[in-house]
Amino acid sequence: MPLRIGVLALQGAFREHIQRLEALGAAAVEVRRADQLGKLDGLIIPGGESTTMGLVAERWGLVNPLRQWVSEGRPIWGTCAGLILLAERATGQKRHGQTLLGGLDVLVNRNFFGSQRDSFEAELQVAGWDAPSPAVFIRAPAVVETGPGVEILAEWTDPEGCSVQVAVRQGHILGTAFHPELSGDLRWHRLFLQMVEAGTST
Amino acid sequence: MEKNGYINSSNGARTGTYTVKAGLAQMLKGGVIMDVVTPEQARIAEEAGACAVMALERVPADIRKEGGVSRMSDPQVIRAIKEAVTIPVMAKARIGHFVEAQILEALGIDYIDESEVLTPADENNHIDKHNFTVPFVCGCRNLGEALRRIAEGAAMIRTKGEAGTGNVVEAVRHARSVLGEVRRISTMSADERYAYARDIQAPVELVNETANLGRLPVVNFAAGGVATPADAALMMQLGLDGVFVGSGIFKSGAPAKRAHAIVQAVTHFNDAEVLAEVSEDLGEPMVGINLDTLSEPEKMAHRGW
Repeated sequence: MPLRIGVLALQGAFREHIQRLEALGAAAVEVRRADQLGKLDGLIIPGGESTTMGLVAERWGLVNPLRQWVSEGRPIWGTCAGLILLAERATGQKRHGQTLLGGLDVLVNRNFFGSQRDSFEAELQVAGWDAPSPAVFIRAPAVVETGPGVEILAEWTDPEGCSVQVAVRQGHILGTAFHPELSGDLRWHRLFLQMVEAGTST
Repeated sequence: MEKNGYINSSNGARTGTYTVKAGLAQMLKGGVIMDVVTPEQARIAEEAGACAVMALERVPADIRKEGGVSRMSDPQVIRAIKEAVTIPVMAKARIGHFVEAQILEALGIDYIDESEVLTPADENNHIDKHNFTVPFVCGCRNLGEALRRIAEGAAMIRTKGEAGTGNVVEAVRHARSVLGEVRRISTMSADERYAYARDIQAPVELVNETANLGRLPVVNFAAGGVATPADAALMMQLGLDGVFVGSGIFKSGAPAKRAHAIVQAVTHFNDAEVLAEVSEDLGEPMVGINLDTLSEPEKMAHRGW
């Protein structure tokens, strides 16, 4: 049986994730309601606007089921807006703050790289990978502090020599500030499917 | 200045590439982009779940009412709106007015709408959008117009509809035209596509790319006349990727509630029970205009070529 991976489809680039997952032989499902979560092996929170996703999730009672998903140790991956939602702490939020799911012991700076003018593509060195990963950063966040249990998979250094984390993992939680669903580097989706496989076999 | 972006040699980051420009539009999908004229309205839009706002001096309904030449908004208005929210901020430049676009780029706007809602500045040429780091969205009525804009560098497309009317009929017409043509070319043979490209005055490469993908090569939103959650869901079910709402929100009786309802309707566009729930008790919608009462020169959709 193929792995069943849900992609949160409240807003954003969920279709791109679904295409990548299907290319790797997984069964991908658009998730809009809490009752869809039970049957899944893994979940992806895609890129989009984190405030929009947080507000729509709240309106349809998805916030607590998603928090429960994370606390039960089920595999989850957040890209860009998804990374923000999975962070325990965030700066640069909208006034009055925004809904976070938490679970990932990091501090995220929401629009770390600035406005769309500053969005960029680059080749990223990833810990343990031979070839660099083509990465697309769109009004991207960055991880600026990590807790003790967080493994750093990739860093980005700006021209001034200041480094931030852009790919992190904490057990069953994967977070990337960039968009593997846009660049087409399937290694990230493969890594997540391996995490899911490891989770279902234990 | 090269067409595929700018390279920052010290760390290899490439800004302004087409992937990066089209990528932001991909992140806006399934979302609602709302016209706002003040920072307070921008905050209401953000709290309602808008995925971006369009910063304006006047919404299209007022542009229609007041007449005169309509131009890019005062940078002060745009700056104030930018300060008020964390979501992307878009702004409009006149068709062909590349200096307005340069100013908007300098202001750090996230997307420029080269818009027929403003008075055109050039009756022959649109802006060469490849020359900018900031991405552009452009309106269209049919596939030929959409592909011409993409050839000029537009990284996102929307229907023109008929802005400021609260009447969705033109947006439906334009969406049906574009999506119907895409379906039609998907079944054409290669030789037929040459003739077709000539007929619709679009580059054959883009016709082929669209036919092979079975959709436009960029994100395609609805715009121009969307006023209710049902209108928004209609456009989504027709096959568009998201919705612009202009005058429809802040010209209605209860803007915050309506904005919130339209956001929910775009997420749950296929769920009639949810649509029924969010459509309840929204107060007065904007007063609409029947299009047969508008004379031809009063229609904005004819602007642009």
